[in-house]
Amino acid sequence: MAEFTLPANSKVTEGKVHKAPAGTKRVATFRIYRWDPDTGANPRLDTFEIDRDQCAPMVLDALIKIKSEIDSTVTFRRSCREGICGSCAMNIDGTNTLACLKPIDEVDGTIDIYPLPHMPVVKDLVPDLSVPYAQYTSIKPWLQTETAPPPDAERRQSLDERARLDGLWECVLCFCCTTSCPSYWWNGDRYLGPAILLQAYRWIADSRDEATGERLDALEDPFRLYRCHTIMNCTRTCPKSLNPAKAIAEIKKLMVARR
Amino acid sequence: MAMRTAIARVRGLGSAKTGTEHWWMQRVTAVAMIPLTLWFVASMVSLAGANFETAYLWVASPAASVPMILLLLAGLWHGKLGLQVVVEDYIHAEGVKVAILMLLSLATVALGVAGVFAVCKISFGE
Repeated sequence: MAEFTLPANSKVTEGKVHKAPAGTKRVATFRIYRWDPDTGANPRLDTFEIDRDQCAPMVLDALIKIKSEIDSTVTFRRSCREGICGSCAMNIDGTNTLACLKPIDEVDGTIDIYPLPHMPVVKDLVPDLSVPYAQYTSIKPWLQTETAPPPDAERRQSLDERARLDGLWECVLCFCCTTSCPSYWWNGDRYLGPAILLQAYRWIADSRDEATGERLDALEDPFRLYRCHTIMNCTRTCPKSLNPAKAIAEIKKLMVARR
Repeated sequence: MAMRTAIARVRGLGSAKTGTEHWWMQRVTAVAMIPLTLWFVASMVSLAGANFETAYLWVASPAASVPMILLLLAGLWHGKLGLQVVVEDYIHAEGVKVAILMLLSLATVALGVAGVFAVCKISFGE
């Protein structure tokens, strides 16, 4: 059944407060979710005040500044710092997004930062994404063909056929959409979620792929596909401005078309 | 069970190869209910203030009893499909879930038969 409150050992408490250095003109305040599996203590919200004039513009810049100057134990994933690796996905100011693409000044007042919602937490802002990764593997995200490629050229595709992949190939698998989806929260063990379904459609829509029917077979399931109830949180939250809800709708249309 | 790999758990029992019919019929019954509901509301408004005899004779006319039966069936079917989704979404105890889904199917058929029977009884006379 649905749970209405957090379990006792997951209740979030107030944590430490790190004040800005004296004489700071512009203060930016961050409240960051902290949880350390080694201490056994409840998660807490630590407050960090930083000098906005001494920090680059994005939330990720602030996190790196906090980690290098205030508390080196603050744990988060990051790599490219330009929205292409998908590592720094987290919940900032109530919305899942990439910390590297989220300007600090876009948030009024204190900036709350939590890990991606409803996933097991490894530590602080690092969620355990092993289930979504396994779900990604399950849709066989590679070109499946019986026809051998031309020996001296790539597989041909018309401009129109290539254009159908636009809005799909740009997905960086940050799972902001999947972890914003209430249906995924309740049934993430069986529902594939928006990110994986968008990726599934990326291969269904690929004119060079020869396994479209098998791909649809694998998705045709009350849970894998049809747990999508068009809530649209996925499309609203996508930091790459993609439209997973539309990709899912296209899959549903193909399911009806092939009957 | 807890020591299975993530991919084994995700693949689970495989795809059920079903769900499209459910999704499609939910849309079909929804579309059917648009004209039927408009007709029903308009009829109720026009019958407002009428006495029992007038309302009774209205239901008895084929022009009213046929769409009335259609609205009953479309509405109950649509409601059944929708409630089934709610149950599947939120109830994760397998036994409770199966019991409620079974009850839902039985209740839908019972309500449908009772509703159709009521309209027929009025339409065909005592």
